[in-house]
Amino acid sequence: MSVPQIEILAIAMITAAGCALVGVFLMLRRLAMLADAISHAILPGIVVAFFLTEDLASPWLVIAAAATGVLTVALVELLSRTRRLKEDAAMGLVFPAMFSIGIVLITRYAGNVHLDVDAVLLGELAFAPFDRFEPGGHDLGPRHLWLMGTITLINLALVMLFFKELKLATFDPGLAASLGLAPVVIHYGLMTMVSVTAVGAFDAVGLVLVVALMVGPPAAAYLLTDRLSVLLGLSVLLGALSAALGFGLAIWLDASIAGCIAVGVGVVFLVVFLAAPGRGLVAELRRRKSQRWEFAQVMLAIHLLQHEGTPAEAEESRVDHLHGKEVGWTAEFTRRVVAGAVRRGLVERDAERLHLTELGRVEAGRALSGTAT
Amino acid sequence: MSVLGELFTDYTLRTVALGSAALGLVAGMLGAFAVLRRQSLLGDAVSHAALPGIVLAFMITGAKTPIILVLGAALAGWIAALLVMLVVRTTRIKTDTALGLVLSTFFGLGLVLLSLVQRSGGAGQAGLDRFLFGQAATLVGDDLVTMGALGAVVLASLALLWKEFKLLSFDPAFAGAMGLPVRALDIILTSLLVIAIVIGLQTVGVVLMSAMIVAPAAAARQWTDRLGRLVLLAGLFGAVSGLVGAVISSMVPRLPTGPTIILVVTTITVLSLLVAPERGLLAAWLRRVRQRRQVEIDSVLADLYRLAAQHDDPTSAPHEVAVLQTMRAAAGVRNSLRALADEGLAVADPDGRWRLTVEGAQRGRERVEGTT
Repeated sequence: MSVPQIEILAIAMITAAGCALVGVFLMLRRLAMLADAISHAILPGIVVAFFLTEDLASPWLVIAAAATGVLTVALVELLSRTRRLKEDAAMGLVFPAMFSIGIVLITRYAGNVHLDVDAVLLGELAFAPFDRFEPGGHDLGPRHLWLMGTITLINLALVMLFFKELKLATFDPGLAASLGLAPVVIHYGLMTMVSVTAVGAFDAVGLVLVVALMVGPPAAAYLLTDRLSVLLGLSVLLGALSAALGFGLAIWLDASIAGCIAVGVGVVFLVVFLAAPGRGLVAELRRRKSQRWEFAQVMLAIHLLQHEGTPAEAEESRVDHLHGKEVGWTAEFTRRVVAGAVRRGLVERDAERLHLTELGRVEAGRALSGTAT
Repeated sequence: MSVLGELFTDYTLRTVALGSAALGLVAGMLGAFAVLRRQSLLGDAVSHAALPGIVLAFMITGAKTPIILVLGAALAGWIAALLVMLVVRTTRIKTDTALGLVLSTFFGLGLVLLSLVQRSGGAGQAGLDRFLFGQAATLVGDDLVTMGALGAVVLASLALLWKEFKLLSFDPAFAGAMGLPVRALDIILTSLLVIAIVIGLQTVGVVLMSAMIVAPAAAARQWTDRLGRLVLLAGLFGAVSGLVGAVISSMVPRLPTGPTIILVVTTITVLSLLVAPERGLLAAWLRRVRQRRQVEIDSVLADLYRLAAQHDDPTSAPHEVAVLQTMRAAAGVRNSLRALADEGLAVADPDGRWRLTVEGAQRGRERVEGTT
């Protein structure tokens, strides 16, 4: 890989880390769509600040956009507090309007400067290495690397510093409030972090990727762990992995880098979704399936238990009787249930005749009396 | 009036206006259900997710026939909606996260495909990125036919399953107990929503189409409590916004259609929130002010009665305004007295002092003694 490529990859991975750190809290507070709302809604703030400063690198852009983001959140809350609109409708109303204002401003008044609609959606990651950070003439690397590095470090510091407060306010807002933790302050603090991260990331990678990186890696990590600290670490790792994967894809296909990283996020989530031990789709299906077999085996034991010692026992405990009309199992199903029950030690098989073991009697009795095994 | 004249004579403008009004109508009516069922943000995910479907349909067929692109969009949007349901149902991930995830990764995929198409530079590719922010000016007769046919299917289904959808929106548990196939109805209604969104993509664009679902319904909700009127009104608001927005954007150079329509519909919604007669914020504020005023007037009446009750005949005992003012921390004693005079409960003597009328004394006693 060439030096510019390494620089692009570094920017993407650091951006992913910064986004994942705030994204975890958005997800846990069920505010993931706020990532979408804020990243769209900051556009007019950026555009207006750009018109005033005429400099895309100006720190005023970050400040103006962050303020716009917090304003958006406040506006959504104001609207839903009037109780004329539900919160989701309020969100769905506010951010398209803000975004529309931004797009109209850009297309009407900024047609010939390099703030255009494509850059808003996709960013210009491919050109990021040309935008250098050169204080006093010394080249210290790409500007975006410094920008996102700083934002990610600030996010990390804030999360570590206020870990307990964030954790409590996220999982038990009532308790947090009664302990004097001011949930409103924490909420708006978090929203400010989201806005600042979105602005910094938006400039480099476009707003599609901001949403993908804030939502995707935390969602994948959530399927792998129950601990908040592990969740944060895993989200950062999976985010960086998605970025690397997407970047490789982009080079291979020669396609949009930001778009490919968003796809990378999707792929990483899909793999975790399918294969996660315990919570993945495969594990879930397997568990449901094995529950079905276990249930059938216990049913068999109950059936045998109920006929034990009755005149019909000899007839009722024959394998070929089980898939007859009374129980309604197919021959193949019966064969597998019996085999499974024998393996679990619930029954013993003597040609076509089945006998309950002691364990089988206990299990059947337990199932009948309703206590879990 | 020249715009109105052109609407009838200018073929392009008429096509654009008709198409935008049709999209607004269908999106508004279906949006009413989405907003009621708290699916406002599903529209956002579906419309973003439609992009890869559009580009893939173009890449596979190489055609820009509207019906093919629309089918691709619908298919992708539909898969996205089902994926959201699957993730939410099988894992502990909540709806908002699933929506954000599906939205951003599908849209990212769409942009990747778009960049591939643009690089290969096929002759017909130039028009595809109009799906991002909409370009009503590119609507032609063929598009109108497609939009009209799909819109008719959606509205006919809505009419046909009206009662079922109504029950599903307000009380799904009861609908299930009645023996209605709730899961199937849910999927049908969501599919209709997907079609409604897809109809608008060419005009409004995938990024902003969600607002065409939410805003007309949010506006209509302020004016009525009845589902039938809500749906009709939302359709009307949507159609008007589409029409007005499209006409404005086609008259002003370099004004993208999607954002213009969205700003029009947002304006309608904000106005509705403010001035609607019952639920409007302005009406609520006026009610509050009037109530507070009535409380003040009642208190002054009670004060005047307490003073007058010291005398044998309450109605013949005038009192200084200044005295009444010292009894009340709140300002506006004079205004309250004037309001009492208007109701015939108090009169001012020529020297500027006030006393109760017979009826005023009666009311004052009721007020002070708490009897009615």
